[in-house]
Amino acid sequence: MDEIASLLEPQIPALRRYAWALLRDHEAADDLVQDTLERAISRWGQRRHEGDLRAWLFTIQRNLFLNGLRQRKARGTQVGEEALNDVQAFGTSPESHAGLRDVLTGLDALSEEQRSLLLLVGVEDLSYEQAAQVLGIPLGTVMSRLSRARARLREFMENGRSTVLRRVK
Amino acid sequence: MTGERPIGEDDLQAFVDGRLASSRHEAVRAYLDNHPALADQVKQEIELREALRARLTFKAAEPVPSRLRVANLMAAQRRPARRRGTAVAAAVVGLLIGSALGAAGGIWWSGSGRVTAASVAGNAIAAHRIYVGERLHPVEVPAEQEAHLVQWLSRRVGKPLTAPNLTAQGYRLIGGRLLPDSGEAAALFMYENPGGNRLTLYARSGGSEAQTSFRFESRDDVSAFSWIDNGLSYVVTAKAERAQLLPIAETIYRQFDATGDPVKGRL
Repeated sequence: MDEIASLLEPQIPALRRYAWALLRDHEAADDLVQDTLERAISRWGQRRHEGDLRAWLFTIQRNLFLNGLRQRKARGTQVGEEALNDVQAFGTSPESHAGLRDVLTGLDALSEEQRSLLLLVGVEDLSYEQAAQVLGIPLGTVMSRLSRARARLREFMENGRSTVLRRVK
Repeated sequence: MTGERPIGEDDLQAFVDGRLASSRHEAVRAYLDNHPALADQVKQEIELREALRARLTFKAAEPVPSRLRVANLMAAQRRPARRRGTAVAAAVVGLLIGSALGAAGGIWWSGSGRVTAASVAGNAIAAHRIYVGERLHPVEVPAEQEAHLVQWLSRRVGKPLTAPNLTAQGYRLIGGRLLPDSGEAAALFMYENPGGNRLTLYARSGGSEAQTSFRFESRDDVSAFSWIDNGLSYVVTAKAERAQLLPIAETIYRQFDATGDPVKGRL
């Protein structure tokens, strides 16, 4: 038990950050992390064969996130009003008037897979191999999709800036 | 640089991430020196990578909520026996919790793990007694966050719930909380009327029957109607007479019935 806690607990801040970046709602993010940890604890015995703990945890969390998304779509519920409010709030933040968009707005313009790649590699410092494991895609595909995700984010941020400037003129 | 591998997309990404071995890093840098447009894109991508990290730093720096403590989660997981095959240990834990919740608890743990209307009603009445008298913290999530409350409890209970509208009956929602019931999650919504009388609606998944009729019971001054519908067990409990409580139970039944239908449903 102590072993499980001592291995899992150091991962919790990163899991919370990834969950929040996906959901943009503090409570819902912690619900997701809690589900992830519960599943990890109940399947702890199966973990050894999977190898890497971090990749395993992020895989569980992303799959739970995707399942939740699918269920909510099937049920036709709104994905959380707070998330929408937050996005709007970011869009009208002082930086956006200065022509600098919140980078999270750019993140929202990407597909879920691109978002997860940027977060897992660029923020959570997963190796490319670990990211390939989490997303269930080959290593070479990780590199090309990462390249595309970064280009898309860059273009989005650039275009956003130019439209703001045009409007100011 | 003769004989070296040509610079690729993978090198540029690893350069952005600062993950290249120093010789390769220098090779990419030299390449970018000769390709200023590309160098500009790479520079922007590095800046965006840093911006994203900086934007999210606060979240990982927050103190971890106690509900995410592994010890707490593991303690909670020892309760559901059916999934983990340690029926005896879990039954003992279940009994201990049952007795801790008091004499009104009814059958807290049914050995087979079967949910019966009677055992759920007992748990619901026990929860009602414990929480309606609470002055400071009657609910975990207040009614002001109803959308979140309903979404959260639906997720945890595993079925779409709503907080029924009981204003016609004089009760307004004050909030809700999540409770353990035989190792499963149960939702408790609490309502209050202008006289300060509180009513609770308890809901959890399971139920050995698809649908049951209303079942009434009263213990001391508390009355409860329970029923099972659409895979959910419901118990509405209040300090009220049977005749007063019945129309409220019927209202709740009708509102949930409507949500079970995807066309009419609010959720």
